[in-house]
Amino acid sequence: MPRVSPLEVYRNLPGTNCGECGEGTCMAFASALIERRKSYEDCKPLVTEPKYAEKLEKLIELVTPPVKEVVVGTGERACVLGGEEVMYRHELTFFNPTAVFIDVSDDMGEEELVKRAKAVEEFGMERMGQVLRLQGVAIRAKSGDDARFGEAVLAVAESTSLPYMLCSTQPEMIEVGVEVAPERRPLIYAATSENVEEMGELGARYSLPVVASDASPQRLLEIVSRLRSAGVEDIVLDPGTAPPGRGLGRCLERMAALRRLAIERGQRLAGYPIMGTPMVAWLDEEDEVRAAVKECIIASAQLLRHADLLVLHSLEMFSLLPLLTLRQNIYTDPRVPIQVDAKLYEIGKPDEKSPVLLTTNFALTYYTVASDIEAGKVNCYLLVVDTEGLAVEPAMAGAKLTGSVVKEAIDTSGVAKKVRHRKLIIPGMAARISGEIEDVTGWKVIVGPVDSSRIPAFIQEKWSPNGDSGG
Amino acid sequence: MKLEDLLTKLVEVDSLELENVEVDVEELIMSVKQSMVMLARAAAPQVQRVEQRAEAPAKPEEVSFELPVDTYPGRIEEVTIGATRAEGGTRGYQVKIGGQRTLYLFEGGWVNKPVVSFDVFDMPQPQFPKALREVWSEYWDSPGEWAKEAVKRGADLVTLHLVSTDPKVKDTPVSEAAKTVEEVLQAVDVPLVIGGSGNPEKDPVLFEKVAEVAENERCLLASANLDLDHERIVRAAVKHNHNVLSWVSLDINDQKTLNRLLLKEGLPRDRMVQDPTTAALGYGLEYTYTMIERLKISGLKGESELAFPVSCGVTNAWAAREAWMNVQEWGPREYRGPLWETVNALAVMLAGADIMMMLHPAAVQAVRELIDSLFSDAEDASTLEWLKV
Repeated sequence: MPRVSPLEVYRNLPGTNCGECGEGTCMAFASALIERRKSYEDCKPLVTEPKYAEKLEKLIELVTPPVKEVVVGTGERACVLGGEEVMYRHELTFFNPTAVFIDVSDDMGEEELVKRAKAVEEFGMERMGQVLRLQGVAIRAKSGDDARFGEAVLAVAESTSLPYMLCSTQPEMIEVGVEVAPERRPLIYAATSENVEEMGELGARYSLPVVASDASPQRLLEIVSRLRSAGVEDIVLDPGTAPPGRGLGRCLERMAALRRLAIERGQRLAGYPIMGTPMVAWLDEEDEVRAAVKECIIASAQLLRHADLLVLHSLEMFSLLPLLTLRQNIYTDPRVPIQVDAKLYEIGKPDEKSPVLLTTNFALTYYTVASDIEAGKVNCYLLVVDTEGLAVEPAMAGAKLTGSVVKEAIDTSGVAKKVRHRKLIIPGMAARISGEIEDVTGWKVIVGPVDSSRIPAFIQEKWSPNGDSGG
Repeated sequence: MKLEDLLTKLVEVDSLELENVEVDVEELIMSVKQSMVMLARAAAPQVQRVEQRAEAPAKPEEVSFELPVDTYPGRIEEVTIGATRAEGGTRGYQVKIGGQRTLYLFEGGWVNKPVVSFDVFDMPQPQFPKALREVWSEYWDSPGEWAKEAVKRGADLVTLHLVSTDPKVKDTPVSEAAKTVEEVLQAVDVPLVIGGSGNPEKDPVLFEKVAEVAENERCLLASANLDLDHERIVRAAVKHNHNVLSWVSLDINDQKTLNRLLLKEGLPRDRMVQDPTTAALGYGLEYTYTMIERLKISGLKGESELAFPVSCGVTNAWAAREAWMNVQEWGPREYRGPLWETVNALAVMLAGADIMMMLHPAAVQAVRELIDSLFSDAEDASTLEWLKV
């Protein structure tokens, strides 16, 4: 892989180990730079002392990601596209999750348009401790009337703080849209072989990001080249999107090829974020459910082929949820360990009569269970046993969740001192070792629900600290 | 307030702007806000225009695009599942998987398409989510009927899971399981994957028996893992002419260890498929995704102990509550569930999986469409069509 080594970075640092950056040594700082935990600006001597000017220049070149970061919008909701350094997440991590924009069009009627834009802005779905969001609005000039387009842009700009993109192949139309609020930093869609002069001039004049669009990679890169020479610095690549029956396969290949050119071949013209327009699914599909399904499939596939920005039409949760969950998965930092500490966790404000629930130290299992218990406002102890990072079912299959593993967890956690009862609620999927746990630990085992979302109801119905073997 | 802002800004800007105001008086009254914003903002860019023009535009760089094709020292093993009469079996066709010489299709080194296998169980599955019960409950009393329906619904392969043989489930004797295998072999003529109970004591005995009754059918025995006597499974497979699935739990070192052991025990290279474990979308799918990518990349780079086709139990998608739970805010589950399985399948496929084991017909259909699309030369030249939706 052409990734920079810490040694190469180190050569362009002062080498004084001054520690001003917070790292112990320049070598440690070099590693931190590569992992993007630190920025080169954190090296004060390098950026302030003239004698390091040459090193600084080389360093910036070394640590600048091969895919340029392009910012669309401003303020808290501004969205950063690209900035990626690797083809495969295990080589480092992916940095900027694919932005999902939802379209509106200028023939919608202001009320509907504003309603839609607000729905995009307010969309939020909590999952595993993160809120899944939509990033922006794509405003399409469909009416052909520039005044109407201007009004539509104004309506979006005034009713939300979201980034937006202006979509038309007519430069005059785009200009009207831009002038509504150029300081909101809209994304211009799109420069084509036919209009690249005008779009390039617009993008440069207002210092705005511009999408280059063409299904032929050769022509696409020519447009990029012309935009650059017109003075446009921030570019997004649109290599075209087609539904499965009409060439999705080729679209996905173009995306992978462009990203490889940027990352593994150092081709600067390809070194920009890539976008897709899965909403093409709506072109040849009358049925709304089928269209939303198809759109989700195209979007998911493009997300996995490095798309940094996707334009969708559906606001249906059934089709957005799989896509946004996939994004959450793929953009998870693989450097972060998969396990949580095996120990006793307090959820809410448990006391000596509170239930004790058991789960495994697989991070996803833990977060799912903990968030369900929190959501149900149950005060309890959550005993997390060390299953070497396996979820309940594989842990059972691999004999990592056994009576003696549970005994060990009870003994080392000190849970016996925290509660007066001796009752343990185990996951429903671990039912078949309930007897074994009772035999080894002497605690009474209650088999809980198979799915942790049922825990709050289960506790309410079944839990009592008193009774046969309780305290 | 806003009108005052506008007036203030108009004063700051030079007199040129007043012309517009004159022209647009009516419009200003009708949509005051719009004109205000437009006018107020007209001044700012002027400054930038001057700055930009100070720089003479550079000549556009020459462009010559070439597909970035890599060459790889390794090759993924090609494995054949199923044997027709010509090969001594009774299957209607053979399925070939793997055989890649390149990571991407566009690099030209792909010879086989990924395939879809439908799961069939040897006992009713009342715990299935509603969307699956609705499709399969009609058939689940008879594995043969279930398999037939699966083939009708577009299965390239059928995976028969002998789950009832688990001592903790029904402890069905191996002799009876063997009959079930025969029943399915007679009901359908697609190549067969045979799944065990997951019980480490029972599975070696079970596979010895079913390998024998399915002799020469070149099935895929699923699976050998590090917790059981895999040597017995390898011997049975070799003796009776089958393939073996090498299954580990999301650990690439375990995969290498197990593959090495199976090879050492006599499994020919073209008889091994590997399964890194498929985590559900939303519940660790990224680990599976990355492990498949690593397996493929390592294999192609020449790490021969990992250069085998990959099979994925995509059915695990249904373990995610988002796939089956009735939660209003998540939208109708009858659409959500199959889509969850579809996205799970396409993720492992784009990572490099060769077999997707699946359950919902709608998901299977979507995945097959995607496979066709990947291998089709259909080309839609327009990039801007979506603007017309």
